Amino acid sequence: MSYRNYILVCGGTACESSKATEIYEALVNEIKHQNLTEEVQVIKTGCFGFCEQGPIVKILPEDSFYVQVTPADAKELVEEHIVKGREVKRLLYNKDKSKKHAKVEDIEFYQKQFRIVLRNCGFIDPENIDEYIAREGYAALEKVLFEMTPDQVIDELRTAGLRGRGGAGFPTWMKWNFTKQANGECKYVVCNADEGDPGAYMDRSTLEGDPHSVLEAMTIAGRTVGANQGFIYIRAEYPLAIHRLEIAMAQAREYGLLGKNILNSGFDFDIEIRLGAGAFVCGEETALLASIEGKRGMPVPRPPFPAVKGLWGMPTVINNVETWANIPVIMLKGGDWFSQIGTADSHGTKVFALTGKIRNSGLVEVPMGTTLREIIYDIGGGIANDRKFKAVQTGGPSGGVITADYLDTPIDFASLTKLGSMMGSGGMIVMDEDDCIVDVAKFYLNFSVEESCGKCSPCRIGGRTLANLLEKITKGNGELKDIEQMKEIGSAMKKASLCALGQTAPNPILSTLNYFEDEYMAHIVDKKCPAGKCKSLITYNILEDKCIGCTACARKCPVGAISGERRSVHVIDQAACIKCGACFDTCKFGAIEVR
Amino acid sequence: MSAKKKENMFSRELISFIEKWRNKPGNLIMILHQVQEEFGYVSREAADQVAYMLDIPLAKIYGVLSFYHFFKTTKPGDHNIQVCLGTACYLKGGDMLVEELGSLLGIGLNEVTEDGRFSLEGVRCVGCCGLAPVLTVGKEVFGKVTKDQLPGIISKFS
Repeated sequence: MSYRNYILVCGGTACESSKATEIYEALVNEIKHQNLTEEVQVIKTGCFGFCEQGPIVKILPEDSFYVQVTPADAKELVEEHIVKGREVKRLLYNKDKSKKHAKVEDIEFYQKQFRIVLRNCGFIDPENIDEYIAREGYAALEKVLFEMTPDQVIDELRTAGLRGRGGAGFPTWMKWNFTKQANGECKYVVCNADEGDPGAYMDRSTLEGDPHSVLEAMTIAGRTVGANQGFIYIRAEYPLAIHRLEIAMAQAREYGLLGKNILNSGFDFDIEIRLGAGAFVCGEETALLASIEGKRGMPVPRPPFPAVKGLWGMPTVINNVETWANIPVIMLKGGDWFSQIGTADSHGTKVFALTGKIRNSGLVEVPMGTTLREIIYDIGGGIANDRKFKAVQTGGPSGGVITADYLDTPIDFASLTKLGSMMGSGGMIVMDEDDCIVDVAKFYLNFSVEESCGKCSPCRIGGRTLANLLEKITKGNGELKDIEQMKEIGSAMKKASLCALGQTAPNPILSTLNYFEDEYMAHIVDKKCPAGKCKSLITYNILEDKCIGCTACARKCPVGAISGERRSVHVIDQAACIKCGACFDTCKFGAIEVR
Repeated sequence: MSAKKKENMFSRELISFIEKWRNKPGNLIMILHQVQEEFGYVSREAADQVAYMLDIPLAKIYGVLSFYHFFKTTKPGDHNIQVCLGTACYLKGGDMLVEELGSLLGIGLNEVTEDGRFSLEGVRCVGCCGLAPVLTVGKEVFGKVTKDQLPGIISKFS
């Protein structure tokens, strides 16, 4: 059965929080009301990626891209667009008013994107297996089961050159091959969906928008390495993704695509969900396995690697969600096709969660080798509020910053590492001139300190000491020798920590020291915070020539630190000021300066 | 405390969940999630009960409870306000929201108001970075929150 129109409503977490469910229901009701249920289908899809403009509604076949829709707009969308065939112009995403309507491919946010991982997100109803199957879903599994030997699967991955998307970039075919060759009573396949990097949500969106792609890939891995049981370790904080995975697993079992004797091939494979409980270190593979075993998630030294001795001591393949989502496509289109995309060092695409002080926040998937400038300026639309770009942070608490001088660097594993940052899982946070680099380093260090499991002392003690030093500097008590000490501790942690969390925890400091030493110096020597963020180092002052005496700031000040007669210049009592910035936000005349 | 009396504190669903998972390896975290789902936190009594039902030491349960941030061992307020302190929200002033909420409610981070109505918590990325700064109250998500909106959000739940 085909419909005259399809209305796609984004059902990702960000749009759901802005009432996408209500919009969906309002549209369904309105279609019913107009007696159009036979002609028009309303579908809740996964994330479109353009979160900044959410909630998003797309109507096919016209490909009209409606943004910032509210439940109240449902009636007009149906009456105008569906019934009368006239687009609702006021809701169309359209920066260029001269164009009649903005097709999705015309939107600059999508132009440089190339979607492999997110191929189905925003196109299919993730709660309906038939829609996944209609877009070549489970065809790769069929091919692997009936036309390929395990060695051919591994060869295909080797040709593809797929590297782990969780952060470290280890070649996927090698992991699979080690596990395949390892001996064990049984073997396991694990999906790492413990996306802990603050500011990254690629994996969540993939699972919410296209859960079957991960199930299919894990089953392929099971067949290849000889495992019959898989586990998806997912954050408990992702209820929608968990819900959709559960639906997907039930549907796959019903269709004979999961469980006993898959597609009558004689191969058995099933998957269970295990919930994380908010520990960043569980993204580290040995800690993750301990957590699946129900224990405290503490890493153990490698080797032995999980590929040889993993879950309950058995050989285990662990890959991250994004890595999994690539695999069905590679099996169908071939490793050669995949290896053509990207750079010599890194093949394929990478999904980034582009956030921070950027105009178009959202989820973007680009071929490896795309430059940071293209992502930030062409796709991201540049810096929000016309502020000046300062740096972009990749790799989360394990990564570092990249400055304007390096914006033309093509992104791949090697180039980011060379710049002192890393690919990481895909968080890309843009900072502008109002962000204090020392404060950002402190933010990440405090994160790593809180998340350190405490097992090894370099990480436990080193991390705390670094965080204390940063606290001291941002409070205005920094000394020059602190910088040397931070470098020394940082390099010791890199060498001596047990797992990647401790080894990479100093990166935010080392990388910011490298590019922004002058800003550290301003804090330490001049006792000033150039960005005006560190409260101990700033003062608010009223500019005599700009203050018109409107009294707005004095009324807003929570501690009554501002005095002055109406229509005369006001004064801030510095001793009483708590530096909350309320006066600064309130003043319409730019009469308050931060020094 | 008799075994029978202990059983009474868990609902029938929870007991059957625990029975179902009893013999599965690696069950503890899944069971604790279910306990927290029912009570909003894992009390000492509930932990005792789990230890009893699974026949494992209480210390093992507290080892796990204290390791993972998600598990709470004290009762949260009726409305738990969670302010996202992920990187994007932090850059856009998530910490300011915590400060302001603290002074509006008269409590600090991870504290509960005297009447037990509200508690305040900082959480890691809720994954709506496009809406930063974000806070959640129960299942409701508020995006692009400004300080001025906070009294309104609180009164909505008072």
